[in-house]
Amino acid sequence: MCRQALEGVKIADFTWAAAGPLTMSYLAHGGATVVKIESGTRSGASRSFPPRGGEGGMISSMMFSNDNSDKLSISINMKNPRGVEVAKKLVLWADVVAENFRPGTMEKWGLGYAELKKINPSIIMFRSSARGQTGPDSKVAENGITLQSLTGFTSLTGYPDKNDPTPPWGAYTDLTAPALGAVMLIGALDYRAKTGKGQCLDLSQLEAGLQFLAPAILDYHVNHLCARRMGNASSYGVPHGVYRCSGNDRWCAIAIFDDREWKAFCRIMDKPEWLDDPRFATAIARKKNESELDHLINEWTVKHPVEEIMNLLQDNNISAGIVENSADILNDPQIKERQFFEKLEHPHLGSFFHHGVGFRLSKTPCNPRTPGPILGQHTEHVCRELLGLGKDEYENLVDAGAFT
Amino acid sequence: MTNQKQDKNMGALGPYRVLDLTDEKGFLCGRLMADLGAEVIKIEPPGGDPGRSLPPFYKDDPHPEKSLYYLAYNASKKSITLDIETTDGQDIFKKLVKTADFVIESYRPGHMDNLGLGYEDLSRINPRVVVTSISPFGQTGPYRNFHSFDLLCSAMSGHMFITGDPDRAPLHISLPQAYLLGSAEALMATMAAHYYRRKTGLGQHADVAIRDAMIKTTVNTVPMWEYKNEITKRGGVFWTLRGEKQRVLWPCKDGAVSFGMHGGGFGAKTNRELVKWMDSEGMASDFLKTIDWENLDMETATPELYNELSDAILRFFQTHTKKELAREALDRGVMLSPVQTVADISESTQLEARDFWDEVEHWDLNVRIRYPGAFIQITETPCLKTTRAPHIGEHNEDIYIRELKMTSEELAILSGARVI
Repeated sequence: MCRQALEGVKIADFTWAAAGPLTMSYLAHGGATVVKIESGTRSGASRSFPPRGGEGGMISSMMFSNDNSDKLSISINMKNPRGVEVAKKLVLWADVVAENFRPGTMEKWGLGYAELKKINPSIIMFRSSARGQTGPDSKVAENGITLQSLTGFTSLTGYPDKNDPTPPWGAYTDLTAPALGAVMLIGALDYRAKTGKGQCLDLSQLEAGLQFLAPAILDYHVNHLCARRMGNASSYGVPHGVYRCSGNDRWCAIAIFDDREWKAFCRIMDKPEWLDDPRFATAIARKKNESELDHLINEWTVKHPVEEIMNLLQDNNISAGIVENSADILNDPQIKERQFFEKLEHPHLGSFFHHGVGFRLSKTPCNPRTPGPILGQHTEHVCRELLGLGKDEYENLVDAGAFT
Repeated sequence: MTNQKQDKNMGALGPYRVLDLTDEKGFLCGRLMADLGAEVIKIEPPGGDPGRSLPPFYKDDPHPEKSLYYLAYNASKKSITLDIETTDGQDIFKKLVKTADFVIESYRPGHMDNLGLGYEDLSRINPRVVVTSISPFGQTGPYRNFHSFDLLCSAMSGHMFITGDPDRAPLHISLPQAYLLGSAEALMATMAAHYYRRKTGLGQHADVAIRDAMIKTTVNTVPMWEYKNEITKRGGVFWTLRGEKQRVLWPCKDGAVSFGMHGGGFGAKTNRELVKWMDSEGMASDFLKTIDWENLDMETATPELYNELSDAILRFFQTHTKKELAREALDRGVMLSPVQTVADISESTQLEARDFWDEVEHWDLNVRIRYPGAFIQITETPCLKTTRAPHIGEHNEDIYIRELKMTSEELAILSGARVI
């Protein structure tokens, strides 16, 4: 019996940067054999992100390792015909070919879907790109930092009193696309297992991202209301926000929706008079006087440590929690219990915590097992063990410059 | 039902049935399963799902059939009413589980077990069933029973701490995202379990923690803390991942654009193209034109160099509108995008060309409403077109009378007892 859910699935993974690799990570954690096809002459973006390590072109970075645990790396020179030959052998070996280059790049190498099918008729091709494989903007140069603005997430983040929004930290669309892509990829694998048919998947990270904004799209279409940034306010809950606590840059998130919570909250803050105060007695009044209320709540929170406020409110069934920084997260007792992070020993960077998946499956583990590979770490292994090349054949390829 | 022949139009989950017990924490999971072609039966308490009260509303009318939030994330599903807290309700639910392929739920951890409907109970009825439990922090651990909300999951994920201005409060995205990301993660877990079932005939329990799914948005800030004892801070319009500050949001004539200045191979082409473009309008200094972009390492670049670069770019962007910048960037291969609002997005020619939008007939409201269409384009198992979210208990007859062969007398008794 299989130990892992996706054991036996074989992926020739050309993806780079973040959105593609993070999609393949789900498969890799689930037990699929994911072979990253990399180039030593043009190292992937995330290998260059500090902190990094490794000598003599064997670049490693924490970000790369975090995004690519459980994968193998083969370093191929795609400008060398013998290199392309190896890539094609991988296509024949694989169930899935994955890529997230600018549309047209795979075609340039003779590895478009039509060509892949000639090599392996039941191949599944997974393509992820900023705006999709077709349409007037398909060839756009884009990354997650810019795409989250195009998709609308930036316009929905920030302080209403400022001229411009404040973008969500990082590259949010790099995180909305991967699960959706992986889901359909498993669907395609399942379909292939039943019918023997492969297919081509065209994921537009823009279109995947818009699924996460659906209510705002309906609201605009129906009510002609264009959703805007609201700080941390909610259109219905009040108070709803983060409040400064004692200490340096410590904040508590508090969200209150109903009367029971409000009454308990006033009792805890020792403000029983607010229950009769016309400014705050009803939800409608609280919403109207929200900034005043927020100000007064801040006067209370700022005197207490955030941990104390969280525990006090949680004990009274009020939604409150620490705005955790990166140190808090590692000290969080819940995180420790869930083991979301897996400590993996990296040959260049030492031992550090890698992201796992946000779920546990009762029968099939999905925790990361090995750190992101060193560039070309598995070139020989992949050629000899997975592709079944003889020793001479492999050395021939090495001499011909197929690998970088 | 796996042996059934699968049609091209049935989608990847064509023959399968999902019992959807989720509230807003898991709405999107079932919604996406319906997109994949599964028959998703939303099980609502009599009177309707509390999520039907979530704004915004159609024409601002707070009516349970008019919540746009509910409509968006429960489209393409079916609805029956059933109170699974009652003995009759549990009995009926167990009957439905016999033929179900998936159950998804988002109650407080332990609630289903207390009702005698936990994974162990359900797997005894149907060993093939995959049960997915979605909760803010997971089914185990000291915070499992935390009173939670979307904002809390974002706050405790670390993403808020690093989003916002350094001297102001941390921010979340105003259309709350944690439950949605958690739902997508839940579907991923469910599909992995589904694939395993194909090989083994066995279902399993997926235990999803919304906060954990959200932590991934913090990229490698936690490993950074471990490595350097450096807490990543908020940088406002500057990105703080690389230690030094990099501007990612740039004001232009009529709004703002996103553009990241990357060094080395990743940024060389786009930077070179941008300078050519600036030069064509007489706005590139000799200094700019002589930079060796391939070997520019943003990690080691001095603040002076960085400022000189960014000041020049800032001046240039301010001479153009976001539309002009977007158009030209596209043609020149510069990695830049305008900060689009939902209104801008609705005018996208790219989305139009890809026939992205689904226009859905709402006969009850006498209107066609535009929904985001397929989350992926695929040749053999395409996503199904969106259909209207069901009314409360719209499919009671189909399920209870036609399928479970209950009589209308029995239905009346159960309705009177507030089970249905």
